[in-house]
This record gives sequence, C-alpha cells and structure tokens, in this order.
Amino acid sequence: MTQNADNVLDHFELFRGPEYQQMLENKRRMFENPKPAEDIERVREWTKTEEYKDKNFAREALTVNPAKACQPLGAVFVATGFEGTIPFVHGSQGCVAYYRSHLSRHFKEPTSCVSSSMTEDAAVFGGLNNMVDGLANTYSLYKPKMIAVSTTCMAEVIGDDLNAFIKTAKEKESLPADFDVPFAHTPAFVGSHVTGYDNALKGIVEHFWDGKAGTAPKLERQVNGSINFIGGFDGYCVGNMREVKRIFDLMGVEYTLLGDNSDVFDTPTDGEFRMYDGGTTLEEAANAIHARATVSMQHFCTEKTLPMIEGHGHEVASFHHPVGVAGTDQFLMEVARLAGVKIPEALDKERGRLVDAIADSQAHIHGKRFAIYGDPDLTIGLSKFLLELGAEPVHVLSTNGGKAWAARMEEVFASSPFGADCKAYAGKDLWHMRSLLFTEPVDFLIGNTYGKYLERDTGTPLIRLGFPIFDRHHKHRYPVWGYQGGLNVLVTILDKIFDEMDKNTNVPSKTDYSYDIIR
Amino acid sequence: MSLPKDASVDEVKARNRELIDDVLKAYPAKSAKRRAKHLNVHNDGKSDCGVKSNLKSIPGVMTIRGCAYAGSKGVVWGPIKDMIHISHGPVGCGQYSWAARRNYYIGTTGVDTFVTMQFTSDFQEKDIVFGGDKKLAKIMDEIEELFPLNNGITVQSECPIGLIGDDIEAVSKQKSKEYSKTIVPVRCEGFRGVSQSLGHHIANDAVRDFVFDKLDMSAEPKIEPGPYDIAIIGDYNIGGDAWSSRILLEEMGLRVVAQWSGDGTLAELEATPRVKLNVLHCYRSMNYISRHMEEKYGIPWCEYNFFGPSKIAESLRKIAGFFDDKVKEGAERVIAKYQPLMDQVIARYRPRLEGKTVMLFVGGLRPRHVIGAYEDLGMEVVGTGYEFGHNDDYQRTAQHYVKDGTLIYDDVTGYEFEKFVETIQPDLVGSGIKEKYVFQKMGVPFRQMHSWDYSGPYHGYDGFAIFARDMDMAINAPVWNLPQAPWKQTPKPMLMAAE
Repeated sequence: MTQNADNVLDHFELFRGPEYQQMLENKRRMFENPKPAEDIERVREWTKTEEYKDKNFAREALTVNPAKACQPLGAVFVATGFEGTIPFVHGSQGCVAYYRSHLSRHFKEPTSCVSSSMTEDAAVFGGLNNMVDGLANTYSLYKPKMIAVSTTCMAEVIGDDLNAFIKTAKEKESLPADFDVPFAHTPAFVGSHVTGYDNALKGIVEHFWDGKAGTAPKLERQVNGSINFIGGFDGYCVGNMREVKRIFDLMGVEYTLLGDNSDVFDTPTDGEFRMYDGGTTLEEAANAIHARATVSMQHFCTEKTLPMIEGHGHEVASFHHPVGVAGTDQFLMEVARLAGVKIPEALDKERGRLVDAIADSQAHIHGKRFAIYGDPDLTIGLSKFLLELGAEPVHVLSTNGGKAWAARMEEVFASSPFGADCKAYAGKDLWHMRSLLFTEPVDFLIGNTYGKYLERDTGTPLIRLGFPIFDRHHKHRYPVWGYQGGLNVLVTILDKIFDEMDKNTNVPSKTDYSYDIIR
Repeated sequence: MSLPKDASVDEVKARNRELIDDVLKAYPAKSAKRRAKHLNVHNDGKSDCGVKSNLKSIPGVMTIRGCAYAGSKGVVWGPIKDMIHISHGPVGCGQYSWAARRNYYIGTTGVDTFVTMQFTSDFQEKDIVFGGDKKLAKIMDEIEELFPLNNGITVQSECPIGLIGDDIEAVSKQKSKEYSKTIVPVRCEGFRGVSQSLGHHIANDAVRDFVFDKLDMSAEPKIEPGPYDIAIIGDYNIGGDAWSSRILLEEMGLRVVAQWSGDGTLAELEATPRVKLNVLHCYRSMNYISRHMEEKYGIPWCEYNFFGPSKIAESLRKIAGFFDDKVKEGAERVIAKYQPLMDQVIARYRPRLEGKTVMLFVGGLRPRHVIGAYEDLGMEVVGTGYEFGHNDDYQRTAQHYVKDGTLIYDDVTGYEFEKFVETIQPDLVGSGIKEKYVFQKMGVPFRQMHSWDYSGPYHGYDGFAIFARDMDMAINAPVWNLPQAPWKQTPKPMLMAAE
C-alpha cells in the first residue's frame, strides 16, 4: 500500500507507487489500444523537424493553443475598474462563468459579473426580456452605481440591439431612467480580449461625455491641467496602477486613471467581502473630458478609444506597454510635457538605480536568445527591454497581433544591432511557437502559464510574464511599469537564468566546478 | 441569526426558513417568486428536498452555472485523451476551458494524447457570415496531417454554430468516411438548456450515435470478454480520482475494461457495450448512456460513492453483489486491507474536525456524495445544493444523505450564498473557484470541490487520506486567526457578505 496516514501522499507521489504503476501499465497495454512505441517516438521526433514546421506554418484553418481570449473578457475586465460597477454580459450564461473563473484564477480574487442568461427561446425571439428582467435583478440585488453591458457572440449573431434594449428596460422601470448603463457590442468572433477592452472603455467614456445615450446633454469641455491615463488589458493592473499613481504623485501631475481596477482585484482578507472596491469614480469618468490630454499605456488596447477621445479635443499619446529604462523615460517625458511639469529628482534616482541594476547584471543576459509571446503591446514593451539589456528577442509571436503590430515589431528590431536576426509572427499560435523552438532554438521563453507546455516539450526554460499566470502566485501585485517595474522584470528574468545555471552545473565531480556561490 | 452548536432541529429549521424569507426580500417580486421555489429546509421523511431544479436561471444574477458546451467539452468528451476535440466557433470557450479541470492522464501530449491542448476553429466574422463548414473540413484535414496518431475527432459546437445553421454532421460524416475514423459532431451550443447538464446529455447521445451505433456487435471482440468485466462510468479523474477508484475494483477481482472519461480512450468507449456491469460515479452526467446500455445491450448499472470509508465499503459490497462469491470475498478483503489505514486517518484528523460544520455548493454529484466523507470525520453538512442537479438528484439527497433541517439551495445565486454563509457561519465552505475568494475574504475556510484545489485524488481509500488532510489544512490553518486586527475591539469576527 502506497498511502500513509502519517505522511499523506497526494497525486505528486501517490501514483508513482508500484501498485499504481502496474495498474496504469496494464490499463495501457490491455485496454487503450495504444499506438506502437516506435510510432510515437517517430512522430515525436518528426514534430521537431523543419519539414513539420513547414507543414505547421502552412495551416490555414486550424488554430492550436492560441495566445488570446475573446472580446467580452476584456469588456468585463475594464468595467471592474469603475466605482461600484458590475459588468453585465448579454448572452448565454456559461460565458460569464468562464470570464469569472479565468480572472479569478489569475488574480486569486473574486470576480463579480452577471449574465442575462439567454437560452433557446431568446435565440429565437431575441433577448429583450432577459435584458429587462436581468437589469432589474442586478440593480436590486447588487446595488451597483453603474451596470456596464457587453455582449457575447450569441447575442451578436442574433443581432440584439443593446441601445434599444436598455432604453426599453428603463421604460419598463427595471432601473431608474438616469441610471448609468454604458454598453458595448463585443462579438467574440472579432478581435480578442484586447479589442473588447477597447470597445467597452470607449462605450463607458462616450456614455459619460456624449449625453448618456440620449438621456442627458453632452458635456461641454472646459480644459483643465489634468491628464487621463488608460492602462489597457493588463494582468499586472494591481501593481502597475498603483505604481503609475505613485509616479504621477511624485511628478505632481493631476490625473484620472480610467478603469482603475487595482483595488477591486486586491481586496483584503479582514472578514468582509467587498464586491466593489476603489475604481474610477463616475464623477471622475465624466470630468475626464476636461483633461488636457489622454495617454494610453497600450496602443492596441485603445485603437478606437483614443481617436474618439482625440475627437473631443484631447491631445493623445499611446505607448506599447513600456518596460525598462528607455520605455519609462519616454513615458515620463511625454507625461511631463503634456502636464507641463518637471520630472523630479526622486525619479532620476530611481532611474539611476535601475541602470545600476542592469549594469550589475547585464553580463548574464547579454547575447542570450529569447522567444516571446503575448498581447501585442506587451510583446513590444518586453522586446524593447530585452534589446536594452543586450539580449536578442529572436521569435516574437502574438496571436492577436496583426500587420500593424508586425510592422511596429520590425521597427523595434531595426532599432538595435541585437535585433538583427529577430522576427515577428503575427496571428500565429503556440503550436507554431513549438516548431520555432525546435528548429531555431533559443535560450529562454517569455510568456504566460500556457508556456509551460512549451517548456516541457522543447526544454526551453519559461519566464512567466503575461496573462494569464495561473500556476505562480501574486505576480500581479508587482508592477512591471516604471523604473521599479523594470527592476521587477529584470529580477524575474535573472532568477530563471541563475536557476538554469545552477541546474546545469550541479552534477558532482562532473560539472560542479562551475557551481559557484558568487554569480 | 447564527445559532449555538447545540441548537435543536426545530430552532435550526425556524432560523433557516427565516433566512430564506430574508434573502427573497432583496429581489424584485417576479424574481422572488421564481427563486422561492429553489430554496427550502429539508424535512425528514420527505422523498425529495422540496426544491425545483433544472429550470432556467433568472437573468442578471450571479448564477454559478455554466453551459452545454462546458458540459460536453469540459466534462464528458474533453478528457477522452486519444481524440482531438475541436472547440468549434470563436476562440474564447476553448481558451477558458483549456486544461482547467485537472483531468489527469498518461500519454505523450501533442503526439498520441491531446487533453491539455486547445484546438479551435477561431471563428472570424466571415465564418459567421458565410458559415464555417468548409473551414471545419479543412481543419480536419490539417489535424490528420499534423497529428497523425489521433484516434478520432469530436466537434464541440459553440453558440454561433447552431444559430447560423452549420451542418457539422455532414462534414463529420464525409471526413469520417474519408479517413475511416470516428468523427463525432456534438450539438452542445452554450445556449441550449439551462446549465451544463444538457451538455452532458447531448454528449452521452453523441457517444450512443457515433460510437456505439457504429459498432458491429456480431464481430469478434477486440478484447476477449471475461466474467468480471466492468466499466467505470462518470469519473473524470480529477487529480487522479479514477485511478484511486480503479485500483480498488481491480483488487477485489474485477477487470476494469474501460473508464470514462478521465484518462479514457476511444478503444475503451468501444469496449464498454460488452461489459458485465457499468459502475456509475457521477450519476448526473452519465446516467443517460448507462440507461441506454441497459436497454440496448442488457448491461446492468449501479451507482457508487467512493468518498469516505463508510460509503466506499457500502459501494464495494453493492458492486460485489452483482458478482459471485469470489468477488464478494474480494470486496471484504479490500475493505479489511484498508481499514487500518482508515482507522489511522480518522484517529489523526477526526479530533481536529469533530463537530465542524460545512456548507456545500457544487455540480451534480458532490453536494450529496461527499456528505458521508465529512461524517466519517465527525463533521456535519448544514447546507447544500446543486448547480445543475435534477429532481432525481434531490431525491437521492433526501433519501440517503442530508439530515433534518438542512438548508437546501438549488442554483444558488451569489447573493443568496453569501447571505446564507454570513448568517450560518459554517466552519468550511466547499464550492468552486468563483466562490472561493468571496468566502475567504469573509474569513471562512474554503475548499474547491470541483477540482480539489490542485490537490487530490479524493476518491477511494487513498483519496480519503488526502481529503481528510485537506479539510484539516483548510479549517485549522493559522491564517484564519489573522483576519481581524488585534486592535479592533469586536470579540468575535463577524463574517460579512457584500451588501
């Protein structure tokens, strides 16, 4: 018997016991009708070849292990960043269960979101009744200050009209006529979670600025000195938003963060469940129209939102998830210019400390070859940082990156001699990445949790940066933006490099001459 | 309204009824009327729990339920390891269900095994407008080229497929012929039915139509049938559950020819219609196919419960009852063999857990099945309910599991669940990832009962040791002394739900 009451073995050890090994072997041999071992080995080896890679890249219809999610996830994410706001997804309810689970697994936090629970009858007759009853229930039960509505693919295929539905729900007194219900159409068959973030944020901002869907006069812009800041879909929002606020405070910039979900995804365990915590207040969201300028940390998350804001007279600027010294420099200078402030000495020092850290450690990173995948802006920001460290981002892949992203990536590569042999892969998935890692190996892989399958198959050590991170805890609490954030990313990369170094030098009397205590 | 531990059953019942009335007040009248049918207090001797079930969730609330796709792809078909399951439609559904349920398996992933992969047709706008059938056909060609050792394909339909009228059956039929391979179209669009439950049923029907009905039962069987052949049905091998179950059945002298669907293969599905008995763990998700096999192939089936030593022993004897003395003796031998281990586990953990109360809310089986395991540890389940149970689940619960006065909540909403826990103040809540952090914020110990919080297995004798350890670890963790700052004056921390 393998199990032991004094030292309980769970799945990590239990099934390695002889009885279980025998049982699993019998099952396979007698009942599974397995493929011959030599076939498995032959195909396994074949998947590592150039020939397989060519076939893999010739795929036109099949997607395997994509690194993207669908629009409504982004809509739900951005809605949580407004005070007292509950996201309401119009469509079938299973989707909402998925969004809530997905975000909760990443942040280790509750995710509050409701659905209009459409079923077959709504597919035939439309989901109006679901909207009318649903808004009434949400309003009564969860006492929100705002309900931000988005759609699933189901509601989009049958063509439900959110504007009309919400209007009707108000006429039927589901909720008060002046209650804020911004909305966005977010079909899952267009774009990705990044697109959904953009659409939903645009919907919320337009709601407040452009007359609340015809129920109030449009706001008159009276320019003040404030700056609006948009983070984009960001798995590090908890750490990053707080870091950005700290930096703005240091700079003396007046600011509004649009969609600040740093508190709602980081509530304390003190005996009380807070469904809502923090967030951009609705008043701030409305007053944001008066800001002098609006900056977006992620260009591809705000492709529609920023032009709309620009149309209201703002100067706008966007970045690509800046990470590291030059990225932060550029961000700070732009904010300083737009807000008419100086960059304070405290930040000079922080900058110097990050440069100091890079100088201390760059020898371990210089010339190392990396593969990166993730959302379009993140991959650009990380690639620029790697180039700054003297590393080579050899394969950069973005499933939800398009031609514009690829062109931007090429510019990044061209900006550094370390980018000479680097290539961008737009619209490709992690099965493409697998082929790349076999045929043109690199030293390290940077990506989200799903990259662990690539690490296992190809032996490329994975550095976890991105969304989602399910299998490591609390990374989202640490910023990756600003000089402090750059330091966190540097340390994350270095830790893996040192771990690998130790792993590769620890064989006694064989390789352990390099098993140094000083690195 | 939190009652002392020695409160009488009548006091508990009165409190629970008051609690139900209280939560209903928060709803608009129409919704309160609908929700009232799903909440009740169990009365001893009743044939069911007195709640309506398997009805539409009311819109605009935080239901914990999923959809038919989740039931088919996430539960029934997804764990079949040597087939490739296409999430057919937009990218999201496959992405969110990708490797999230810990259906353990042995195999070379990407070569002869495919469970922890996400295959999708990643529908774009043009696929919605022009239909996705041509794309689906091409996807199957590409699968054949890049994954030649797959033993079959299933098409798991997402919402748009049914709405735009794609003919996935025709595509599957054509490609199945072309490749002489099992290709199964599954109409599990998310808008069908009221929860994941219909997805289980649809998936079962697809097994019947596209696996069983294609078998030539008069042909020579691939596996020589034996007198002790059984199939494990409805075990998804969460954290290895089916393995810690299988080992007991084999030890008692039975031959497990197939296990569904955790660590299962197409060959095992195909072998099942020749077994002597189907033993069914998750009744809710696979009773349909078990009944079908009984009708068509004359195979009896029996439910069993492998949570906790009391129910395990009961179940082993029940299963043995279908066979001869050799197997019956085998069952006694197995029970006796593991009894010392169980005695040690209980001696170690029961003193730390005795008298602790639990509230459950899980899918279609565990709201009743784990009650015995808690009782083996001296714990009491004071509230329970199903995400997607049907009336027959509530009958089984009433007749075999719950005590007089237990609070019953079907398809509980987030609001109700939080209020119930806030008032009853249990020592442990067992539910899923969406509920976990809500209750932990309130200072209530929590275990995920869909995926065992990354631990497991929980089934079988080996699993019970882990179950006991995990409950102790959750309830007696020092962290639960910490939520209240020492400088706050309240003598006992109150658990608070969101208003």
